[in-house]
Amino acid sequence: MAELKFNKEGRLLFTKEMKKEYTILCPMMAPIHFQLFVNVIKNCGYNVELLTNDGPNVVQEGLKYVHNDTCYPALLVIGQFIDALHSGKYDLDRTALMITQTGGGCRASNYIHLLRKALKKAGLEKVPVVSLNMSGLESNPGFHITLPMIRKFIAAVVYGDALMLLDNQIKAYEEVPGESSRMVEKWIDALTEQFNKGQGLSLKQQKENLNRIVKDFAQIKMNKRPKIKVGIVGEIYVKYSALGNNYLENFLAEQDCEVNVPGILNFALFKVDNRLEDIKLYGGNSAKFVVVKALMDYLLKMQNILIRAVETEPKFLAPVTYAHTKSLVKGVIGYGDKMGEGWLLTAEMLELVEQGYENIVCTQPFGCLPNHICGKGMIHRIKAVDERSNIVPIDYDPSATRVNQENRIKLMLAVAREKLNQTE
Amino acid sequence: MKIGLDVGSTTIKCVVLGDDNQILYKSYERHYSQITEKMSELLTKVQKEIVKGKHALLTVSGSAGMGISQTCNLPFIQEVYATRVATGKLIPDADVIIELGGEDAKILFLSGGTEVRMNGTCAGGTGAFIDQMATLLNLPLDEMDRLAEQYEKIYTIASRCGVFAKSDVQPLLNQGARKSDISASIFAAVANQTIAGLAQGRKIAGKVIYLGGPLTFLSQLRESFDQALKTKGICPENSLYYVAVGAALSSGIETDLDTALESIKAYGTTANFLSIAPLFKNQEEYDEFKHRHAQCRAPRGNAETYTGDTYLGIDAGSTTVKAMLLGKDGEVLDSIYKGNSGNPVPIIREYLLSLYKNYPKIHIAAGAVTGYGEELLKNAFNIDFGIVETVAHFTAAKCFLPDVDFVIDIGGQDMKCFKICNGAVDNIFLNEACSSGCGSFLQTFANTLGYDIADFAKLGLFAKHPVDLGSRCTVFMNSQVKQAQKDGATTEDISAGLSVSVVKNAIYKVIRAASAEELGRNIVVQGGTFLNDAVLRVFENELGVHVSRPDISGLMGAYGAGIYAKNRSAGESTIIKKDELENFQHEVKVTSCGRCSNNCRLTINVFGGGSRRFIGGNRCEKPVTKRASSDELNMYAFKLRTLRSYQPVKGERGKIGLPMGLNMYELLPFWHTFFTQLGFEVVLSPLSSRELYIEGQHTIPSDTVCFPAKLMHGHVQALIDQGVQAIFYPCMSYNFDEGLGDNHYNCPVVAYYPEVISANMSAPDELHFIHDYVGIHRKHDFPIKMHGILAKYFDGISFIEIKKAAKAAYKEYDRYFARIHEKGDRMIAEAQKEHKPIIVLCGRPYHLDPEINHGIDKLIVSLGAAVISEDVLSCKVRRFPTAVLDQWTYHSRLYAAAKYIGNKPDMNLVQLVSFGCGVDAITTDEVRRILEENGKIYTQIKIDEITNLGAVKIRLRSLFAALEN
Repeated sequence: MAELKFNKEGRLLFTKEMKKEYTILCPMMAPIHFQLFVNVIKNCGYNVELLTNDGPNVVQEGLKYVHNDTCYPALLVIGQFIDALHSGKYDLDRTALMITQTGGGCRASNYIHLLRKALKKAGLEKVPVVSLNMSGLESNPGFHITLPMIRKFIAAVVYGDALMLLDNQIKAYEEVPGESSRMVEKWIDALTEQFNKGQGLSLKQQKENLNRIVKDFAQIKMNKRPKIKVGIVGEIYVKYSALGNNYLENFLAEQDCEVNVPGILNFALFKVDNRLEDIKLYGGNSAKFVVVKALMDYLLKMQNILIRAVETEPKFLAPVTYAHTKSLVKGVIGYGDKMGEGWLLTAEMLELVEQGYENIVCTQPFGCLPNHICGKGMIHRIKAVDERSNIVPIDYDPSATRVNQENRIKLMLAVAREKLNQTE
Repeated sequence: MKIGLDVGSTTIKCVVLGDDNQILYKSYERHYSQITEKMSELLTKVQKEIVKGKHALLTVSGSAGMGISQTCNLPFIQEVYATRVATGKLIPDADVIIELGGEDAKILFLSGGTEVRMNGTCAGGTGAFIDQMATLLNLPLDEMDRLAEQYEKIYTIASRCGVFAKSDVQPLLNQGARKSDISASIFAAVANQTIAGLAQGRKIAGKVIYLGGPLTFLSQLRESFDQALKTKGICPENSLYYVAVGAALSSGIETDLDTALESIKAYGTTANFLSIAPLFKNQEEYDEFKHRHAQCRAPRGNAETYTGDTYLGIDAGSTTVKAMLLGKDGEVLDSIYKGNSGNPVPIIREYLLSLYKNYPKIHIAAGAVTGYGEELLKNAFNIDFGIVETVAHFTAAKCFLPDVDFVIDIGGQDMKCFKICNGAVDNIFLNEACSSGCGSFLQTFANTLGYDIADFAKLGLFAKHPVDLGSRCTVFMNSQVKQAQKDGATTEDISAGLSVSVVKNAIYKVIRAASAEELGRNIVVQGGTFLNDAVLRVFENELGVHVSRPDISGLMGAYGAGIYAKNRSAGESTIIKKDELENFQHEVKVTSCGRCSNNCRLTINVFGGGSRRFIGGNRCEKPVTKRASSDELNMYAFKLRTLRSYQPVKGERGKIGLPMGLNMYELLPFWHTFFTQLGFEVVLSPLSSRELYIEGQHTIPSDTVCFPAKLMHGHVQALIDQGVQAIFYPCMSYNFDEGLGDNHYNCPVVAYYPEVISANMSAPDELHFIHDYVGIHRKHDFPIKMHGILAKYFDGISFIEIKKAAKAAYKEYDRYFARIHEKGDRMIAEAQKEHKPIIVLCGRPYHLDPEINHGIDKLIVSLGAAVISEDVLSCKVRRFPTAVLDQWTYHSRLYAAAKYIGNKPDMNLVQLVSFGCGVDAITTDEVRRILEENGKIYTQIKIDEITNLGAVKIRLRSLFAALEN
């Protein structure tokens, strides 16, 4: 069994032996993307498992081991880990946890520390925690982020965005219910298969794959009719995670809406771009600028491939370029607002309105600090910029009840339906 | 015929419209959460008496109707939308509608761009809230309304959340404030809350319509809205039924009422909610439990036959008064436990009189009083001792379990828990500004459901499926309970579920423990709430231990006070005697202090025709001693004075305004120097005040942001009103790097609040609101970037000038800190010379603002300690590893200060935490960890718009009591 080793500060390390023996658990957020991510990590030689446990005990464990005033995503992610560790399904001497860390000025960078505190409280401190970050925050001898791994992650983001986008555009109108979901499953399997063979990652293969994906989805028979179009934006975890947002997408589907959830690629672009903006706003190293710019350009190229592929089928609405999204907030909010989702959140709302998804649910954990600014703080101005916008901010929290949330969303939908009926 | 059914959170309304839309039938009643039953009952009646088999169209609306309509396949319309439909028909020229419901508040703007707004997840300031307040005042609603008409003074009551308001009202009651004034103040707070929370910058004007239960029934509430809006609103006929009418009007689908009735009935029987295991499996288990706890008994004596010295203990709690008469051996001779009905004085007077009358043979040798009403009663009756609650409870607990190491007391409104370490109270946990999970919480629910609290609690013992309700705020709990009921939970299940939530709140939220071992081995539980067997059982289950609950659980404060008096008795009590009691007089006067900017609203109680006085509501000793409290050993006062000394200097470039809040506080020396050097006249916004806050309140977009941020709106408004040409309030992701942490960010709110101001406040076009992104952390780049920024707004400022100004600014910033450090060191030396304890009052630089810190610094000084700030010490510490990512400049100082005092026996730390500060959820735990590593006590004070200084005092006095030991 792998020996427990600690660094100078007393942090339990993930060692090379552990890489061989341990299973790394990864929390769930956006299901399509995360299935692909996990495959990437597996593909890089780690035993990793995506957690799918949910239910009330996840929240209970979170409430028990995490400061209750901490944001809801921390409570859920940590609750999901502890619930899994307590389930008896895992050998606690051979299990590690993985969590992302952005290194930004929001509390989210501290989730990993809250997780360690929680593990200690639960008597599970021998379980090592691996930080997945691009800021060089914590290193481990047994886990390395390599350039090929980053490339694969980026490919997974692009594929994930494509599948999510197409699925959302079809799902509400498909003639045979469930067909689109099955297509998503099919492609996740196919892509995993490709990744395992080291395929699907070159620019050429990505182009091919994306084109085939778009073609495949285009085959699904749809019955297009006017529906309320709703966009979902917000703090990244509650935006994507059904556990976090009380199955918001399902609820909207039941209300006969078409849903648009902007993808993760823009978030990645945003986070990289922030480093460039920092240098522009406050000054800094030009060598660093060049390196970051190279990554930025690579991501932009990927986005371009994605847009091109979707554009091959006129029935689908392709995403707009990052540059366009960014241009929408000029004069609305500054590019220096980078904590959490920052200006991108505001930009996504404007983009949605522009694309005809003017009905928007802006999700955030109760008391989310960045969203006081870029979410709730901007609704007034967005209305001034584009008066079609019909935005409802919804707070998520262990005790905020679903009735309350759904009632407010229904109010937003009532206004939307009235407008829809007028245009019909 | 069209039927509209509005099933709200507390009431159910039904309207039947005829073919020409005239109202044929209407009804309004409380449903006591028996939603499906009431719905069936109503529909059956309507069908029999009105519809009589004719065609009927039905639409359901309302928050509680939503789920049912979906499951039962009935047409549904969102209630705010229904209101709009109805108004369009009935009052087509209405401009704005304000509708208050049981748990909702809504504003609809109809003219000039339709907008509908609804309160967020926080249901403060709604009907449920007014109900709660009425319960607290022990008044029926109509009486409250009648009293409000005669008000003389309006007190400031937190208008955000019902729970906060409650902690404002209780101290007012305890200080003897008049109920008429409180009632009017509550209505004013509701009006304020609704307007501030929902208008969000949009003006409410024109023809304003008031709808919904509270606004229909309470004329004085309407009056409060009129005053706040400076208009005269209209409460139209059928103001209760607009939602129902709207629903009826939108009915388009014919509904078969029989089928509808059947599915509603079927809905009620599908139990589908989260539940936990029953509290007791069977009667035997309960009997064993009862037997075990019956062993923990206080000795009793017979007052009729007792002769000699006795000792009186009084606990004037937030909602109840408890008093006990003890004999020489601590035996209980007599006791009372009464609701205080808002004023404990007459109750104690009567009690004392009855003691003198009934037991002429006894002699009171000493008395002690504790609790909220301590000072009031001590002065009223000249009682020998006043002690802090924690000490009283510890004294009592020791009598039952001599080696007790943890005490938890859940009372009416507060929860007190503390650890005992080396025979002294250590590590106190109090529920913060929030009183969720306490006795009054259970009581309010019992009342809402139409039960007496004792009966209600018993119902839970044998519930088959106790509901899992989570553990949060009372207001959230309301909707959670409703949802459970909707899902078919019985009253039994809910009663048990509420008990579970009380316990979980205590353990996980207040104490923050994950297991019993953290609490200790010998636990005494007490307080009125633990008399509830269900709560006791859940507590034991949750922690997996047996605990001691004395049979006088609800009277432990009084018992402890009695024992305290016994131990310290001088043989003759100072308590006023029978004849004086008989002619006892108590007068109350309300006035404003006016001796400083806090301008406390004082309640002056005069007893016995002027021989004794008690002043309540004050924060410092000024109104009592008529002297200013000394600022000699108060770093907060020094810093504030130093900052306010940066006065405007006339300059050729005109005026530039700086809003004095958030990070501007500490950076004032920097920016003031920078702009003054450039030839600007730097104008500051005035010191914060209630009025300043209200001026900007309606432009706050997020009601859950911290109070210091909300205040910024007022500061910016003040600058606009002063007519400055430019306001400088930059966005700053980064602060100075003081070398203490992993990074040097500002928190997201501090960093980007200028964006919120810019997007939500309107200013004249010619005013420059300069809120560009600025990086002062890069000294070299700063002038270059600043040159570019200023060039956007002003002509002819050269780079050379900026470079020079920047140099001076950095220098002044350093000089400011040098002054703080030097003065701080002198204060420490002085305090040490005088052998005074030193309190390191930690927070953020902007906690210097007296409107934010509520004069807590002065309060500490008045208790005999020196107050210094964290930045005096943090510079003495070198970077050290923390268990969290240490990435915010202000917060790094907290950790450093906590580390520094680890080996300083005369220094203790008190952390100020703004409510809603997400970052402090991380820092508080870490500061506590660092302190406890060094055996230090951690004290945290939560502050908000309004703060209950009574609770703050308990904390501080307990801290001092612990230090004495």
